[in-house]
Amino acid sequence: MTVGLYTIGSSWLHRLPAGPKVGALLAASLALFLIASPLAALLAVPIAAGVYLSTGAPPGRLLRDLRGPALLIGFVFLFHLAFGSAEDGALAVARFGTLILLASAVTLTTPVSEMAELVEWLLGPLARFGFRPEKVGLAIALAIRFIPVIAEEYRHIREAQAARGLGGNPLALIVPLVIRALKAADALADAIDARGYDA
Amino acid sequence: MTRDVSTRDIVYIALFAALMAAVNLVPPIFVGFLPVPITAQTLGVMLAGCLIGAKRGGLAILLFVLLVALGLPLLAGGNGGLGVFFGPSAGFIISWPIAAYVTGWLTEMNWKRMNAVWFFIFSVIGGIGIVYLVGIPWLAVAAKLSLFDAAKGSLVFVPGDLVKAVAAALIAETVRRSYPLMQSAR
Repeated sequence: MTVGLYTIGSSWLHRLPAGPKVGALLAASLALFLIASPLAALLAVPIAAGVYLSTGAPPGRLLRDLRGPALLIGFVFLFHLAFGSAEDGALAVARFGTLILLASAVTLTTPVSEMAELVEWLLGPLARFGFRPEKVGLAIALAIRFIPVIAEEYRHIREAQAARGLGGNPLALIVPLVIRALKAADALADAIDARGYDA
Repeated sequence: MTRDVSTRDIVYIALFAALMAAVNLVPPIFVGFLPVPITAQTLGVMLAGCLIGAKRGGLAILLFVLLVALGLPLLAGGNGGLGVFFGPSAGFIISWPIAAYVTGWLTEMNWKRMNAVWFFIFSVIGGIGIVYLVGIPWLAVAAKLSLFDAAKGSLVFVPGDLVKAVAAALIAETVRRSYPLMQSAR
Protein backbone atom coordinates (compact mmCIF):
# COMPACT_ATOMS: atom_id res chain seq x y z
CA MET A 1 0.00 0.00 0.00
CA THR A 2 1.28 3.45 -0.76
CA VAL A 3 -0.08 6.45 1.05
CA GLY A 4 1.07 9.95 0.42
CA LEU A 5 3.34 11.51 -2.14
CA TYR A 6 5.78 8.59 -2.38
CA THR A 7 5.95 6.94 -5.79
CA ILE A 8 7.29 3.46 -6.38
CA GLY A 9 10.58 3.29 -8.26
CA SER A 10 14.10 1.90 -8.26
CA SER A 11 16.29 4.95 -8.84
CA TRP A 12 19.46 5.59 -6.81
CA LEU A 13 17.49 7.90 -4.52
CA HIS A 14 14.89 5.20 -3.93
CA ARG A 15 17.63 2.77 -2.86
CA LEU A 16 19.26 5.23 -0.45
CA PRO A 17 18.03 4.99 3.18
CA ALA A 18 15.98 7.87 4.58
CA GLY A 19 18.58 9.11 7.08
CA PRO A 20 21.33 10.12 4.61
CA LYS A 21 18.77 11.69 2.27
CA VAL A 22 17.30 13.94 4.96
CA GLY A 23 20.80 14.71 6.26
CA ALA A 24 21.99 15.71 2.80
CA LEU A 25 18.89 17.86 2.35
CA LEU A 26 19.61 19.74 5.58
CA ALA A 27 23.25 20.19 4.56
CA ALA A 28 22.16 21.53 1.16
CA SER A 29 19.77 24.02 2.76
CA LEU A 30 22.51 25.27 5.10
CA ALA A 31 24.96 25.61 2.19
CA LEU A 32 22.42 27.53 0.10
CA PHE A 33 21.85 30.03 2.88
CA LEU A 34 25.58 30.61 3.19
CA ILE A 35 25.95 31.25 -0.55
CA ALA A 36 25.54 34.97 -1.15
CA SER A 37 26.05 35.02 -4.91
CA PRO A 38 22.82 34.93 -6.93
CA LEU A 39 24.67 33.36 -9.88
CA ALA A 40 25.85 30.34 -7.85
CA ALA A 41 22.36 29.93 -6.37
CA LEU A 42 20.78 30.09 -9.83
CA LEU A 43 23.18 27.37 -11.01
CA ALA A 44 21.86 25.14 -8.22
CA VAL A 45 18.33 25.15 -9.68
CA PRO A 46 19.09 23.01 -12.77
CA ILE A 47 21.17 20.67 -10.60
CA ALA A 48 18.21 20.25 -8.22
CA ALA A 49 15.90 19.72 -11.19
CA GLY A 50 18.34 17.06 -12.44
CA VAL A 51 18.27 15.29 -9.08
CA TYR A 52 14.46 15.46 -9.09
CA LEU A 53 14.15 14.02 -12.60
CA SER A 54 16.73 11.30 -11.86
CA THR A 55 14.12 9.71 -9.57
CA GLY A 56 12.17 8.79 -12.70
CA ALA A 57 9.39 11.28 -11.98
CA PRO A 58 7.81 12.79 -15.10
CA PRO A 59 8.53 16.49 -15.78
CA GLY A 60 4.81 17.20 -15.40
CA ARG A 61 5.01 16.14 -11.77
CA LEU A 62 7.95 18.53 -11.27
CA LEU A 63 5.87 21.41 -12.60
CA ARG A 64 2.95 20.40 -10.37
CA ASP A 65 5.19 20.34 -7.28
CA LEU A 66 6.45 23.83 -8.07
CA ARG A 67 3.04 25.28 -8.92
CA GLY A 68 1.84 25.36 -5.30
CA PRO A 69 4.59 27.63 -3.94
CA ALA A 70 5.06 29.45 -7.29
CA LEU A 71 2.48 32.12 -6.44
CA LEU A 72 4.10 32.95 -3.10
CA ILE A 73 7.60 32.92 -4.57
CA GLY A 74 6.35 35.20 -7.34
CA PHE A 75 5.04 37.59 -4.70
CA VAL A 76 8.41 37.54 -2.96
CA PHE A 77 10.17 38.35 -6.23
CA LEU A 78 7.78 41.23 -6.97
CA PHE A 79 8.42 42.66 -3.50
CA HIS A 80 12.15 42.54 -4.15
CA LEU A 81 11.71 44.27 -7.50
CA ALA A 82 9.51 46.95 -5.99
CA PHE A 83 11.32 47.65 -2.71
CA GLY A 84 14.78 46.04 -3.00
CA SER A 85 17.14 44.83 -5.69
CA ALA A 86 16.56 42.29 -8.48
CA GLU A 87 19.71 40.48 -7.34
CA ASP A 88 18.30 39.72 -3.90
CA GLY A 89 15.06 38.66 -5.58
CA ALA A 90 16.87 36.25 -7.87
CA LEU A 91 18.80 34.82 -4.91
CA ALA A 92 15.61 34.25 -2.90
CA VAL A 93 13.79 32.64 -5.83
CA ALA A 94 16.77 30.40 -6.64
CA ARG A 95 17.07 29.26 -3.01
CA PHE A 96 13.39 28.42 -2.73
CA GLY A 97 13.32 26.68 -6.10
CA THR A 98 16.39 24.54 -5.36
CA LEU A 99 15.32 23.52 -1.87
CA ILE A 100 11.72 22.78 -2.80
CA LEU A 101 12.89 20.55 -5.67
CA LEU A 102 15.44 18.70 -3.51
CA ALA A 103 12.98 18.25 -0.64
CA SER A 104 10.27 17.04 -3.02
CA ALA A 105 12.76 14.54 -4.46
CA VAL A 106 13.32 13.12 -0.95
CA THR A 107 9.58 12.91 -0.28
CA LEU A 108 9.02 11.32 -3.69
CA THR A 109 11.49 8.51 -3.05
CA THR A 110 10.94 7.74 0.65
CA PRO A 111 7.87 5.79 1.87
CA VAL A 112 5.99 7.32 4.81
CA SER A 113 6.76 4.23 6.93
CA GLU A 114 10.51 4.70 6.39
CA MET A 115 10.27 8.38 7.35
CA ALA A 116 8.31 7.41 10.48
CA GLU A 117 11.03 4.92 11.42
CA LEU A 118 13.62 7.67 11.01
CA VAL A 119 11.64 9.92 13.38
CA GLU A 120 11.39 7.15 15.99
CA TRP A 121 15.13 6.50 15.63
CA LEU A 122 15.93 10.19 16.04
CA LEU A 123 13.76 10.34 19.16
CA GLY A 124 15.44 7.23 20.58
CA PRO A 125 18.05 9.06 22.69
CA LEU A 126 15.23 10.87 24.51
CA ALA A 127 14.16 7.55 26.07
CA ARG A 128 16.51 8.05 29.02
CA PHE A 129 14.56 11.18 30.00
CA GLY A 130 11.39 9.15 30.37
CA PHE A 131 10.18 9.94 26.86
CA ARG A 132 8.66 7.01 24.97
CA PRO A 133 9.30 7.06 21.20
CA GLU A 134 6.88 4.18 20.67
CA LYS A 135 4.07 6.48 21.83
CA VAL A 136 4.93 8.74 18.92
CA GLY A 137 4.72 5.69 16.67
CA LEU A 138 1.28 4.84 18.08
CA ALA A 139 0.09 8.42 17.54
CA ILE A 140 1.35 8.44 13.92
CA ALA A 141 -0.28 5.08 13.17
CA LEU A 142 -3.61 6.10 14.78
CA ALA A 143 -3.71 9.42 12.92
CA ILE A 144 -2.96 7.82 9.55
CA ARG A 145 -5.64 5.18 10.23
CA PHE A 146 -8.23 7.77 11.21
CA ILE A 147 -7.71 10.31 8.41
CA PRO A 148 -9.83 8.27 5.93
CA VAL A 149 -12.39 7.46 8.67
CA ILE A 150 -12.91 11.12 9.54
CA ALA A 151 -12.87 12.13 5.88
CA GLU A 152 -15.66 9.59 5.32
CA GLU A 153 -17.60 11.03 8.29
CA TYR A 154 -17.17 14.44 6.70
CA ARG A 155 -18.73 13.21 3.45
CA HIS A 156 -21.69 11.72 5.35
CA ILE A 157 -22.25 14.95 7.29
CA ARG A 158 -21.96 17.06 4.14
CA GLU A 159 -24.60 14.96 2.39
CA ALA A 160 -26.92 15.06 5.40
CA GLN A 161 -26.58 18.83 5.77
CA ALA A 162 -26.94 19.39 2.01
CA ALA A 163 -30.28 17.56 2.25
CA ARG A 164 -31.30 20.13 4.86
CA GLY A 165 -30.06 22.99 2.67
CA LEU A 166 -27.05 23.60 4.91
CA GLY A 167 -24.37 22.24 2.57
CA GLY A 168 -22.46 25.49 2.40
CA ASN A 169 -22.57 26.32 6.09
CA PRO A 170 -19.15 25.66 7.72
CA LEU A 171 -20.70 25.63 11.21
CA ALA A 172 -23.21 22.92 10.28
CA LEU A 173 -20.39 20.87 8.74
CA ILE A 174 -17.64 21.19 11.33
CA VAL A 175 -19.55 21.04 14.66
CA PRO A 176 -20.92 17.52 14.03
CA LEU A 177 -17.54 16.46 12.65
CA VAL A 178 -15.72 17.61 15.80
CA ILE A 179 -18.25 15.95 18.09
CA ARG A 180 -18.07 12.66 16.20
CA ALA A 181 -14.26 12.79 16.35
CA LEU A 182 -14.38 13.41 20.11
CA LYS A 183 -16.84 10.53 20.59
CA ALA A 184 -14.65 8.25 18.47
CA ALA A 185 -11.62 9.26 20.53
CA ASP A 186 -13.38 8.46 23.82
CA ALA A 187 -14.59 5.08 22.53
CA LEU A 188 -11.15 4.23 21.15
CA ALA A 189 -9.38 5.22 24.38
CA ASP A 190 -11.79 3.04 26.39
CA ALA A 191 -11.14 0.14 24.02
CA ILE A 192 -7.36 0.51 24.32
CA ASP A 193 -7.57 0.78 28.11
CA ALA A 194 -9.86 -2.26 28.31
CA ARG A 195 -7.18 -4.31 26.57
CA GLY A 196 -4.59 -3.31 29.15
CA TYR A 197 -2.27 -1.38 26.82
CA ASP A 198 0.33 0.52 28.86
CA ALA A 199 -1.02 -0.88 32.14
CA MET B 1 5.69 17.93 29.30
CA THR B 2 5.49 14.68 27.40
CA ARG B 3 6.06 12.58 30.50
CA ASP B 4 2.43 12.62 31.56
CA VAL B 5 0.87 11.86 28.18
CA SER B 6 -1.64 9.06 28.82
CA THR B 7 -3.05 6.63 26.29
CA ARG B 8 -6.25 8.69 26.26
CA ASP B 9 -4.22 11.79 25.48
CA ILE B 10 -2.49 10.03 22.59
CA VAL B 11 -5.85 9.01 21.12
CA TYR B 12 -7.13 12.59 21.38
CA ILE B 13 -3.91 13.91 19.84
CA ALA B 14 -4.09 11.44 16.95
CA LEU B 15 -7.78 12.04 16.27
CA PHE B 16 -7.41 15.81 16.30
CA ALA B 17 -4.46 15.54 13.92
CA ALA B 18 -6.71 13.47 11.65
CA LEU B 19 -9.51 16.00 12.14
CA MET B 20 -7.14 18.79 11.13
CA ALA B 21 -6.48 16.84 7.93
CA ALA B 22 -10.21 16.37 7.31
CA VAL B 23 -10.96 20.06 7.94
CA ASN B 24 -8.72 20.81 4.96
CA LEU B 25 -11.30 19.00 2.82
CA VAL B 26 -13.68 21.91 3.38
CA PRO B 27 -13.31 23.74 0.09
CA PRO B 28 -11.59 27.17 0.21
CA ILE B 29 -14.04 30.05 0.40
CA PHE B 30 -13.57 32.94 -2.00
CA VAL B 31 -14.68 36.26 -0.60
CA GLY B 32 -15.17 38.94 -3.22
CA PHE B 33 -12.84 41.66 -1.98
CA LEU B 34 -9.97 39.37 -0.90
CA PRO B 35 -7.17 38.40 -3.31
CA VAL B 36 -6.50 35.06 -1.58
CA PRO B 37 -9.00 32.28 -0.78
CA ILE B 38 -9.74 31.49 2.85
CA THR B 39 -8.53 27.96 3.57
CA ALA B 40 -9.56 26.11 6.69
CA GLN B 41 -6.00 25.28 7.81
CA THR B 42 -5.55 27.67 10.71
CA LEU B 43 -9.18 27.03 11.67
CA GLY B 44 -8.04 23.56 12.71
CA VAL B 45 -5.17 25.10 14.69
CA MET B 46 -7.54 27.41 16.59
CA LEU B 47 -10.04 24.61 17.22
CA ALA B 48 -7.41 22.25 18.60
CA GLY B 49 -6.36 24.87 21.13
CA CYS B 50 -9.93 25.81 22.07
CA LEU B 51 -11.22 22.26 22.42
CA ILE B 52 -8.56 19.91 23.78
CA GLY B 53 -6.29 22.27 25.67
CA ALA B 54 -2.68 23.39 25.51
CA LYS B 55 -0.67 20.18 25.76
CA ARG B 56 -2.92 17.95 23.70
CA GLY B 57 -3.88 20.64 21.19
CA GLY B 58 -0.27 21.66 20.63
CA LEU B 59 0.85 18.03 20.26
CA ALA B 60 -2.06 17.26 17.91
CA ILE B 61 -1.01 20.04 15.55
CA LEU B 62 2.65 19.05 15.95
CA LEU B 63 1.65 15.52 14.92
CA PHE B 64 -0.23 16.93 11.92
CA VAL B 65 2.83 18.95 10.85
CA LEU B 66 4.96 15.83 11.32
CA LEU B 67 2.60 13.82 9.09
CA VAL B 68 2.94 16.48 6.40
CA ALA B 69 6.75 16.27 6.72
CA LEU B 70 6.62 12.47 6.43
CA GLY B 71 5.11 12.87 2.99
CA LEU B 72 1.33 12.94 3.36
CA PRO B 73 -0.48 15.48 1.12
CA LEU B 74 -2.59 16.92 3.94
CA LEU B 75 -2.25 20.68 3.45
CA ALA B 76 -4.91 22.61 1.57
CA GLY B 77 -4.83 21.82 -2.14
CA GLY B 78 -3.14 18.46 -1.54
CA ASN B 79 0.27 19.92 -0.72
CA GLY B 80 2.69 18.15 1.56
CA GLY B 81 6.09 16.56 1.90
CA LEU B 82 9.37 18.07 2.94
CA GLY B 83 9.13 20.69 0.19
CA VAL B 84 6.67 22.88 2.09
CA PHE B 85 9.22 23.29 4.91
CA PHE B 86 11.65 24.95 2.53
CA GLY B 87 9.15 27.29 0.87
CA PRO B 88 8.35 30.90 1.81
CA SER B 89 5.47 29.94 4.10
CA ALA B 90 7.42 27.37 6.15
CA GLY B 91 7.53 29.62 9.22
CA PHE B 92 3.76 29.88 9.29
CA ILE B 93 3.34 26.10 9.22
CA ILE B 94 5.98 25.61 11.91
CA SER B 95 4.24 28.19 14.12
CA TRP B 96 0.96 26.21 14.18
CA PRO B 97 1.80 23.88 17.09
CA ILE B 98 2.92 26.85 19.20
CA ALA B 99 -0.21 28.74 18.20
CA ALA B 100 -2.45 25.84 19.23
CA TYR B 101 -0.54 25.55 22.51
CA VAL B 102 -0.97 29.24 23.33
CA THR B 103 -4.68 29.26 22.43
CA GLY B 104 -5.12 26.10 24.49
CA TRP B 105 -3.23 27.50 27.47
CA LEU B 106 -5.31 30.68 27.52
CA THR B 107 -8.49 28.62 27.18
CA GLU B 108 -7.54 26.30 30.05
CA MET B 109 -6.66 29.23 32.32
CA ASN B 110 -10.05 30.82 31.72
CA TRP B 111 -12.17 27.69 31.25
CA LYS B 112 -14.85 28.71 33.79
CA ARG B 113 -15.72 31.91 31.95
CA MET B 114 -15.35 30.68 28.36
CA ASN B 115 -17.91 31.86 25.83
CA ALA B 116 -17.82 32.68 22.13
CA VAL B 117 -16.22 36.08 22.73
CA TRP B 118 -13.31 34.68 24.77
CA PHE B 119 -12.87 31.84 22.27
CA PHE B 120 -12.60 34.51 19.56
CA ILE B 121 -10.06 36.57 21.51
CA PHE B 122 -7.87 33.57 22.33
CA SER B 123 -8.12 32.28 18.74
CA VAL B 124 -6.92 35.67 17.53
CA ILE B 125 -4.01 35.76 19.99
CA GLY B 126 -2.84 32.23 19.16
CA GLY B 127 -4.06 31.59 15.65
CA ILE B 128 -3.21 35.01 14.27
CA GLY B 129 -0.79 36.69 16.74
CA ILE B 130 1.58 33.77 17.28
CA VAL B 131 1.35 32.59 13.67
CA TYR B 132 2.46 35.97 12.32
CA LEU B 133 5.00 36.47 15.14
CA VAL B 134 6.84 33.36 13.95
CA GLY B 135 5.92 33.34 10.26
CA ILE B 136 6.82 36.91 9.32
CA PRO B 137 10.43 36.94 10.67
CA TRP B 138 10.94 33.50 9.12
CA LEU B 139 9.70 34.77 5.77
CA ALA B 140 11.91 37.87 6.08
CA VAL B 141 15.05 35.80 6.71
CA ALA B 142 14.30 33.07 4.15
CA ALA B 143 13.31 35.48 1.39
CA LYS B 144 15.84 38.22 2.22
CA LEU B 145 13.00 40.69 2.71
CA SER B 146 12.91 43.40 5.36
CA LEU B 147 10.61 42.65 8.30
CA PHE B 148 8.34 45.47 7.25
CA ASP B 149 8.00 44.19 3.66
CA ALA B 150 7.36 40.65 4.89
CA ALA B 151 4.65 41.96 7.24
CA LYS B 152 3.09 44.01 4.46
CA GLY B 153 2.95 40.98 2.17
CA SER B 154 1.30 38.88 4.87
CA LEU B 155 -1.44 41.43 5.53
CA VAL B 156 -3.62 40.05 2.72
CA PHE B 157 -4.27 36.98 4.84
CA VAL B 158 -5.43 38.82 7.97
CA PRO B 159 -9.10 39.41 6.95
CA GLY B 160 -9.49 35.72 6.14
CA ASP B 161 -7.87 34.80 9.45
CA LEU B 162 -10.33 37.01 11.31
CA VAL B 163 -13.22 35.25 9.57
CA LYS B 164 -11.70 31.94 10.67
CA ALA B 165 -11.35 33.13 14.26
CA VAL B 166 -15.08 33.99 14.27
CA ALA B 167 -15.88 30.53 12.86
CA ALA B 168 -13.57 28.84 15.39
CA ALA B 169 -15.23 30.74 18.26
CA LEU B 170 -18.75 29.80 17.13
CA ILE B 171 -17.78 26.16 16.59
CA ALA B 172 -15.90 25.92 19.90
CA GLU B 173 -18.75 27.48 21.85
CA THR B 174 -21.33 25.17 20.24
CA VAL B 175 -19.17 22.12 20.96
CA ARG B 176 -18.44 23.28 24.54
CA ARG B 177 -22.18 23.40 25.23
CA SER B 178 -22.89 20.03 23.68
CA TYR B 179 -19.98 17.81 24.74
CA PRO B 180 -18.10 17.46 28.03
CA LEU B 181 -14.56 18.53 27.15
CA MET B 182 -12.25 19.66 29.87
CA GLN B 183 -13.56 17.39 32.65
CA SER B 184 -11.62 14.55 31.14
CA ALA B 185 -8.77 16.82 30.15
CA ARG B 186 -7.17 17.11 33.57
